[in-house]
Amino acid sequence: MRATWIIFRRELAAYFATPLAYVFIVVFLVLAGSLTFFLGGFFDRGQADLQPFFTFHPWLYLFLIPAIAMRLWAEERKTGTIELFLTLPVTTAQAVLGKFLAAWVFCGIALALTFPLWLTVNVLGEPDNGVILASYIGSWLMAGAFLAIGAAVSALTKNQVIAFVVAAVLCFLLTVSGSSVVLGFFTGWAPQIVVDTIASFSFISHFTSVMRGVIDLKDMVYFISLIVFFLFANTAIVELKKAD
Amino acid sequence: MEEMIAIRNLTKRFGAITAVDHVSFAVGRGEILGFLGPNGAGKSTTMKMLAGFLAPSSGSAAVCGFDVQQQPIQAKSQLGYLPEGASAYPDMTPRGFLGFVAAIRGFDGAERAKRIAIAVERANLQDVLEQPIDTLSKGFKRRVGLAQALIHDPKVLVLDEPTDGLDPNQKFEVRRLIEAMAADKAIVVSTHILEEVEAACTRVIIIAGGRVVADGTPAGLAARDPIHNAVLLRLDPSAAEVARAKLGALDGVKAVDTVENGAGLLVRPVDGRSLVAEIGALARSEPWRVSELRVEHGRLETVFRQITGGLPMPAAA
Repeated sequence: MRATWIIFRRELAAYFATPLAYVFIVVFLVLAGSLTFFLGGFFDRGQADLQPFFTFHPWLYLFLIPAIAMRLWAEERKTGTIELFLTLPVTTAQAVLGKFLAAWVFCGIALALTFPLWLTVNVLGEPDNGVILASYIGSWLMAGAFLAIGAAVSALTKNQVIAFVVAAVLCFLLTVSGSSVVLGFFTGWAPQIVVDTIASFSFISHFTSVMRGVIDLKDMVYFISLIVFFLFANTAIVELKKAD
Repeated sequence: MEEMIAIRNLTKRFGAITAVDHVSFAVGRGEILGFLGPNGAGKSTTMKMLAGFLAPSSGSAAVCGFDVQQQPIQAKSQLGYLPEGASAYPDMTPRGFLGFVAAIRGFDGAERAKRIAIAVERANLQDVLEQPIDTLSKGFKRRVGLAQALIHDPKVLVLDEPTDGLDPNQKFEVRRLIEAMAADKAIVVSTHILEEVEAACTRVIIIAGGRVVADGTPAGLAARDPIHNAVLLRLDPSAAEVARAKLGALDGVKAVDTVENGAGLLVRPVDGRSLVAEIGALARSEPWRVSELRVEHGRLETVFRQITGGLPMPAAA
């Protein structure tokens, strides 16, 4: 635990040692804001809730999270810092977990900085703050799942661009598998159970139910098991590829 | 002698290439082992396996009795490792990086500050503590790596080309530092600078093509040079022919070569025997007008080049 905590602290500090953190946070806030107001019709709807804000999160994360995740291992391998790092008395699992948690908390910080929107709806009306809190938690969990996938992919390559593209494609597949286009393609000829299974793999279907304010155990388990699975994969990949 | 590093039949294959081929050796407390070999001989691969970064294809490495694969955390705790190349996080400052390594190594608060201060002093990093490592010269980057390897005062030090990129003064400092720490440690140093080995190491292992091809003291290996203990005489050229015949008749002389256009004779002994007393006595009793008489010493470089294929082996006489 101690080693994980020390790695976590170093990694989190590293984000803020370069312009990366600030660029990311600004881009995230600008995009999240403009999508909410222009595409989401925040004011036109005349409702005091944050649904137009959260609806776009899966699409925003689709390319922003792989941008955070791509450097996690690819950069260490490219610059050779991984050799010193992994010959310190830490286990690979501690290293994987420490790096992941730092990136996840960083995403949490970016997400938390959207609080002016929450203030705005509270000034304009009387939103259901329980639903908003549930949505924030759901959004952060979803970010964690995207991140775990991206981190595992990053360990596969020394090239950050490849890590970014592959992670983005994987996340895209997992996101759209619940969209009406994909499901419509399967509905009619494939058995219902196949359609349901595909839909159940989707970020969107799980996130939508969280956005309605229902923190269902099923959705929590979905995101958390994705995170756990990809962290295990990440550990195995690092063990296998670290010295290549 | 306490065995602090034990390497047994260590082998690493990369596909069809065997980079390290059944390497075995042990290093005890107080030893400074110079690890030599041409580029690509398997030096760094061996050191990576010893440090627990690479898993061996077969065989084992142990640090202070802890197998590097079976008990990696205990083994790594006893080990200070300097990988080849720059290896510290470029965005961090030396202070931040050493603080991170010290924390991972289990030091807190005042103890951590003390450890960092000692390592900084040993590696002479005082002037660059707050600069991003990225902006440092190669020599300073190397010394940051050295400082992190020393921070926990480990029992075993594995240094892959510690003096790479340092200027002659810094090289001397690092050598002195290694010698000063040697008493209670086992130290393995890889290098391409053979004078460094002769100056600082108590033992040399040469590896070539993934195998150990020589293991001994620097002086012992240098004595394998065919020129070792040969005697050079500079004398009146007119006496050269006579002298050559008389010297050649001495017991223990393998050959007498004419060098320096007839002004000198090089007397090569059988098996590196010392002949200077006999040759001196003979030279005094003869009217050769000897102006110089010098004993040659074997050079590690010649032996290294012979063993590793850079020079043809001398023909058996």
